[in-house]
Amino acid sequence: MSDQQRSTHAGASPSGRRPLVVLEGVDKHFGALHVLKSVDLTIAHGEVVVVIGPSGSGKSTLCRTINRLETIDGGRITIDGADLPAEGKELAQLRADVGMVFQSFNLFAHKTVRENVTLGPVKVRGVPAKQAKERADALLERVGVASQADKYPAQLSGGQQQRVAIARALAMDPKVMLFDEPTSALDPEMINEVLDVMTGLAKDGMTMVVVTHEMGFARRAADRVVFMADGEILEDAEPETFFTAPTHERSKDFLSKILTH
Amino acid sequence: MQVIVDNLDTFGRGVWGTVVLFLWATAGSLVFGTLLAVLRVAPSAAMRAAGTAYVNLVRNTPLTLIMVFCVLGLPILRITFTDAVGTQFRIYAILALVAYTSCFVCEAIRSGINTVPVGQAEAARAIGLPFGQVLSLVVLPQAVKAVIPPLGSVLIAMLKNTSIASAASNYELISAMRNLIEQNGNAVIAILLGITVAYVLLVAVVSVVIALLERAAVTV
Repeated sequence: MSDQQRSTHAGASPSGRRPLVVLEGVDKHFGALHVLKSVDLTIAHGEVVVVIGPSGSGKSTLCRTINRLETIDGGRITIDGADLPAEGKELAQLRADVGMVFQSFNLFAHKTVRENVTLGPVKVRGVPAKQAKERADALLERVGVASQADKYPAQLSGGQQQRVAIARALAMDPKVMLFDEPTSALDPEMINEVLDVMTGLAKDGMTMVVVTHEMGFARRAADRVVFMADGEILEDAEPETFFTAPTHERSKDFLSKILTH
Repeated sequence: MQVIVDNLDTFGRGVWGTVVLFLWATAGSLVFGTLLAVLRVAPSAAMRAAGTAYVNLVRNTPLTLIMVFCVLGLPILRITFTDAVGTQFRIYAILALVAYTSCFVCEAIRSGINTVPVGQAEAARAIGLPFGQVLSLVVLPQAVKAVIPPLGSVLIAMLKNTSIASAASNYELISAMRNLIEQNGNAVIAILLGITVAYVLLVAVVSVVIALLERAAVTV
């Protein structure tokens, strides 16, 4: 990697806003596989960063290290200036402040849609049940699934489940939301209903890290696009720059493969 | 069968002894077995090692040996619970059954935990639930369905294992059988059949309860 490229994504964020999530020299191995190679990334308050790259590039792992669903072997991750705590109460508290949306939704299968959204606020934040329920109904309304509140996750379509998962994360009033390929498990006709909710969040100023293959979303909602391959960040640029004038061979190659159809 | 009818009090004492041992040991091994299962999936490596070590040590030991250790070993170590001799031996026998059966309860629960997709626990952690609540609120309720059938087999085996307590000065069905045979040497077959029927009926009751629980868990 050239010095010029490195300077674009190390240190303070390009937008000049206050940094919220900072990764410095993050290393991660899965056995012999080096999935994250000294990754530096800064995400500012209110910034929407889309992470793209070929499968196996480490982008999902990167996303999961930010709330320590994956531990790291080296380097440092801070959120709002504080280091990620090790296992225990403090880590649980930190996770409450970091919303996560998974590729496979992971709604609690034995709880209703509304209970999925109230569980965290009631058990972790100590919100009274009635207040949590009202908030849950408002959030479900916001993501367009209010009519499904009393159903179980298995009775909902994939798109509806993913929107509930977004409401569940929002109910914790997170500082930052992580999206790990939120539309990859969805039927094509359901992708937009989820992306619309995410675009709305981005417009409302939510800080977001989004691992996705949805280039339309990246163009529409992202402040920055980060391109990863083989465990390294190869490009970090504004969407327009990245899509029209990629500098790295790997990103040119990647874009040519996905943008032709 | 006349011999059973003539000795219903002895027979009944035996049934009662077996039922008491079974109920206490069931309660104890469900609690201790769940604790062991929690240890075995805990985030701390030391806790996991402790759970694994206990299960492997005790599960690989014959129950008779554990029973004898409790009855003969614990008094030498001055571990006593009451002055009433009969109750003391019953507690020792229940401890032995709990120590042994908990290993199998633990493994049944652990196999149930493994049927719950890992994403469920990840989502629970992601909203900030601590380890204990990840298990108690999200994982275990979903594991119950898969745990009940193997747990039923474990408890049925345990019911029959209470027979070993007869070697530890406990009065239960096998003790009653021995008594009856001593006094009625001419009716051995009838006595054996009677005791067999008692075990079969007791196990049938347990099986019905397990089947009802299974149905309840599936409709939840």
